[in-house]
Amino acid sequence: MVKRYLERFYVGLIILFLYAPILILITLSFNQSKSRAKWGGFTLHWYRELFQNEAIMNALYTTLIIALLSALIATIIGTTAAIAMNSMKRTPRMIMMGITNIPMLNADIVTGISLMLIFVALRYTLGFSSVLMAHITFNIPYVILSVMPKLKQLNPHTFEAALDLGASPVYAFFKVILPDIFPGVLSGFFLAFTMSLDDFVITHFTKGPEINTLSTKIYTEVRKGIKPEIYALSTLMFITVLILLILINRRNAEKKAPVRKA
Amino acid sequence: MRIKNISSTRAVKVPASDTGLQISKTNKVKWLSYPYILWMAGFIIIPLFMIIFYGLSNDEGRFTLENISLILNPVHKKALFLALELSLTSTLICLILAYPLALILSKFKMKSNSFIVLIIILPMWMNFLLRTIAWQNILERTGIINTFLQFFHLPTLNIINTPSAIVLGMVYNFLPFMVLPIYNVLIKIDKDIINAARDLGANSRQTFGKIILPLSLPGVISGITMVFVPSLTTFVISTILGGSKIVLIGNVIEQQFRLGNWNTGSGLSLVLMIFILLSMAILSKYDKESEGNNIW
Repeated sequence: MVKRYLERFYVGLIILFLYAPILILITLSFNQSKSRAKWGGFTLHWYRELFQNEAIMNALYTTLIIALLSALIATIIGTTAAIAMNSMKRTPRMIMMGITNIPMLNADIVTGISLMLIFVALRYTLGFSSVLMAHITFNIPYVILSVMPKLKQLNPHTFEAALDLGASPVYAFFKVILPDIFPGVLSGFFLAFTMSLDDFVITHFTKGPEINTLSTKIYTEVRKGIKPEIYALSTLMFITVLILLILINRRNAEKKAPVRKA
Repeated sequence: MRIKNISSTRAVKVPASDTGLQISKTNKVKWLSYPYILWMAGFIIIPLFMIIFYGLSNDEGRFTLENISLILNPVHKKALFLALELSLTSTLICLILAYPLALILSKFKMKSNSFIVLIIILPMWMNFLLRTIAWQNILERTGIINTFLQFFHLPTLNIINTPSAIVLGMVYNFLPFMVLPIYNVLIKIDKDIINAARDLGANSRQTFGKIILPLSLPGVISGITMVFVPSLTTFVISTILGGSKIVLIGNVIEQQFRLGNWNTGSGLSLVLMIFILLSMAILSKYDKESEGNNIW
């Protein structure tokens, strides 16, 4: 009994450790004082100010567009690659998996620098599209690693059965394979989206001077002090995701409940 | 050119599928991987060779080992060793914190495992620079911890702008990457194996040492890599929590690139990559050994 309470206490402590900075940032978004160090009373001022701040809204727009596009393109390339890799023989598959692991295991700073060097060598102007391509590059492995396990669980005979029954390979893919691997594809997409949203280092090296994502915008403000509007924006983003996740979780729980009773 | 490639392979393979379904099945989908292969070649393999090229050449493009040997410069050497020391410390702390946590979480009877995963990765939706900046608030001389300590008339803690603050930042940022792989391995362990060990008279300590720990080793290994590599190479955490005096190897490389010294920066990156590869080689050796044990 004591052990169980100790265990819960430990989990609680770690969760506090993980969420304490987030609580502080949320508190700061309501802080009337512009300084990070002083509490000047409650205000919603920064939330109103946020929507008038063009620089921040532009950075938000760039961040979201890059996250969405890179996750989408990475999901398409990654899913098709995973399907192809799954049907390969062992040795080529191992080589492909090894290459897939490089951007995941390598340091962000090395990936960022190497991409910057190739863009510059090709005289490609650093800007929106170079950041987008960099994000696609580090997102693809997350998609492949999410889709692969689902493909392994797949019954290969269902696809053959569909073909025997006269379905074209493309039709059979959409009717038989895709529904089975869809949870993996979806979680790969969300993982890629999250990684793109949170990335700083690779963006830092592959972006040009005219464009900023939220991360790089925050980094330029580290020394001179963060604008409180940024706290307001990240609070809004965090709360949005939190609510979304709670809704999804509840829906899933409801879906599962009747099965259990039966 | 990429499109041409795909369509030409398709044209060759499709007639084959009419004759022999089984034989062509594996070949037919192979073209699906071509966009990926091209992408990875262009954005992963060739860029890595670019680093090697820049690292081993001077401004005029001639071969030199000078950039690599710059690591022996006292400032750079110190930055590398400090980065190694801090990243090893934070990896060890992450492991000590994460293993019991993963073990406890794996015993929770949750409706879905995804809920636990969500709780661990949810903080990532708050920008990681901001979360690290928030630690300044907690650790500062007049920060939350010290206000709390002063209230109880306890001695204050001054760790902001010290290596300890950087270690804390590393542990905070990379702890999820240690918890999740270990947790994922632990929940997959077959309960029957544990029950069998109990039935055969093993006490809980023996069950842990002989069954759970060896089986969870792959998760521990991948957790260690996922914490060690980003800690070793970070320049953001040291910038935010270390003040301007503490310089890690990541800061040195970032600075070289900011100043336009690409050859020097690439040379130092190559040294860093050697350390990353070395750590992976050591870890994969352990991983293989554990697999060998599993078979026996």
